[in-house]
Amino acid sequence: MNIILNGETREVAEGTRLSELVETLALAGQRFAIEVNAELVPRSRFSEHPLSPNDRVEIIQAVGGG
Amino acid sequence: MSTDTQSTDRLIIAGKEYRSRLLVGTGKYKDMDQTARAIAASGAEIVTVAVRRTNLGQNPGEPNILEVLPPDRYTILPNTAGCYDAETAVRTCRLARELLDGHKLVKLEVLGDEKTLFPDVMATLKAAEELVKDGFDVMVYTNDDPIVARELEAIGCIAVMPLAAPIGSGLGIRNPLNILTIVENAKVPVLVDAGVGTASDAAEAMELGCDGVLMNTAIAAAKDPVLMASAMRKGIEAGREAFLAGRMPAKRFASASSPIEGLFF
Repeated sequence: MNIILNGETREVAEGTRLSELVETLALAGQRFAIEVNAELVPRSRFSEHPLSPNDRVEIIQAVGGG
Repeated sequence: MSTDTQSTDRLIIAGKEYRSRLLVGTGKYKDMDQTARAIAASGAEIVTVAVRRTNLGQNPGEPNILEVLPPDRYTILPNTAGCYDAETAVRTCRLARELLDGHKLVKLEVLGDEKTLFPDVMATLKAAEELVKDGFDVMVYTNDDPIVARELEAIGCIAVMPLAAPIGSGLGIRNPLNILTIVENAKVPVLVDAGVGTASDAAEAMELGCDGVLMNTAIAAAKDPVLMASAMRKGIEAGREAFLAGRMPAKRFASASSPIEGLFF
């Protein structure tokens, strides 16, 4: 199935959980936060959050800014 | 500052005490090294960051701003820069809170127009209300309108941050009397946010009685950002001392500094 990850279409396995996506992207150890379809998903719930087709996933971090 | 004043004069934001009244942004620097050196020279204890999409694999070795400015050493102030409506501003703050392990302090800015980057006051009020209800400590960017500042304070914002001039313009304090009125009315800290260009602008804000100044471009876009950061630190300190000292009244005509009595000619 396809999801929209940070604005780009990406294919993931049916039923992929957020925790699995995070692992695939090798984000462990980094500071980031995730929202799915404009709703924040707390870190503690990554492993119980399955993705659905066309989900809009945003993974964000802190950057320099004023 | 005299030792006495230095040891007692503190900026209090959301119950936490700070020695420095200069808050700095972390954008527009040449690289992370320059960012770190300029911020060290500024003496700032509160630094703003923006919230953006994570780089997924394009630049894996790139250091993150929070590695350069660790949250255990600096108070991180995530902003909502780039938000043009209340909803995205609130979303951004929630993401920032998660990113920073439940950290409640945010800088709210809801912009109204790309040319001026002036705040959309209606949307700012709406977002502020929602964020305060959700438990955030909101420092809010606003225009230099005393009525709006009063309203934002009434909503429960913990600091009101009127612009001196448009963001990144370096024009200095365009409307000092409005800033003064905001300061006189407020019971929460008032910080000038945006528009200062050089150290005398920062000093002027402090002389007006502001509790602090937040700036980014004035330092980052200077020819020598690290030296300008140091100048800003001194400008803030000088302005604060002058405010606390109480300036002499301005007079139209001269008043001799040497005694008339004892003249021998």
